[in-house]
Amino acid sequence: MSKFKKKSKSSQEIPTAALPDIIFMLLFFFMISTVIRQDEQLVEQKLPQATQLKKIEKKSLVSYLYIGKPKNIASFGSEPKIQANDNFIEPNDIVQFVLTEKDKLDESQRDQIIISMKVDRDTKMGIVTDVQEELKEANARKLLYNTPLKAVQQ
Amino acid sequence: MRGKDRVTQGVNAGSMADIAFLLLIFFLVTTQIATDKGILIQLPPKPDPNEPPPDIKFNQRNVFKILINSNDDLLVEDERLRDVNSLKDMVKEFVLNYGRNPDLSDSPKDAIVSIKADRGTSYETFITVYDQVEWAYMEMYGERVGMSADDFRKLDLSDPEQKKIYNQARDLGPDGKPNFPKAISIAQPSKSGGS
Repeated sequence: MSKFKKKSKSSQEIPTAALPDIIFMLLFFFMISTVIRQDEQLVEQKLPQATQLKKIEKKSLVSYLYIGKPKNIASFGSEPKIQANDNFIEPNDIVQFVLTEKDKLDESQRDQIIISMKVDRDTKMGIVTDVQEELKEANARKLLYNTPLKAVQQ
Repeated sequence: MRGKDRVTQGVNAGSMADIAFLLLIFFLVTTQIATDKGILIQLPPKPDPNEPPPDIKFNQRNVFKILINSNDDLLVEDERLRDVNSLKDMVKEFVLNYGRNPDLSDSPKDAIVSIKADRGTSYETFITVYDQVEWAYMEMYGERVGMSADDFRKLDLSDPEQKKIYNQARDLGPDGKPNFPKAISIAQPSKSGGS
């Protein structure tokens, strides 16, 4: 009996020396995999919700357009505006915007470009249609209405 | 002297794990994984100005008309609709009619759902309506291949096995055109204020 006791005494504690290393590894993983938002939003973005969502797997193909009321009403007015990258553009600048975005892609992927539109829910369809017409003009016909998932009660 | 030194030899690393945990939890909480989710649509090509627009006569019964005015009211098949959520079942009934009811479509192949918004319609209403129509088609496709609408929507078309199921649901004909297409048309909106 006493023999057994002696043996178990030596392996009493779990070694915790490696614990910080494990936690640091997790920490670095999250730090690296986190993508920090690159665009500063100049327009209001309360997106409407929908149920029939599709996920975009190839993020490199996506370019963003933000539409909504400017946050800074004093200097930009309260009419909905289009934001591309970090500044406001007019509907007739969109063709140019699409061309610049297409240039960033590989030659073989240029016609697969996806425009992701983040449109504030209170925006009127008028400006959205104008943008769509310009996108047709620019031959960027894959369009994503970016929306979060709506919880369905059924 | 020696004995004393030995006691304070190593840095106390016991709380290191706590500090790392704190940092980890901070990053976990503040991280927002950017999601690119939404309703994917394919815009029609721009009409060629050198060619006159093709003159296609649609049989009126094959077009399911949804009009939205600038007050976000809905007019579906010339009747006022108050509950947007009933739209899904109306679309399904319309598409799956197979010529029985003379007011509804001849066949899924001919059926077209047309959504026409006003320039003053709010984007939220438009998305809700489009979502309902999309949902109706996903349910119909899902039923054809014995899947739920959600599972059908998540099919990965780059995988040949799943693409096969997708094409089976759309009843792809020998000419490469589906016999059960998802024909949702977004019409040019009328000027603000108009019907």
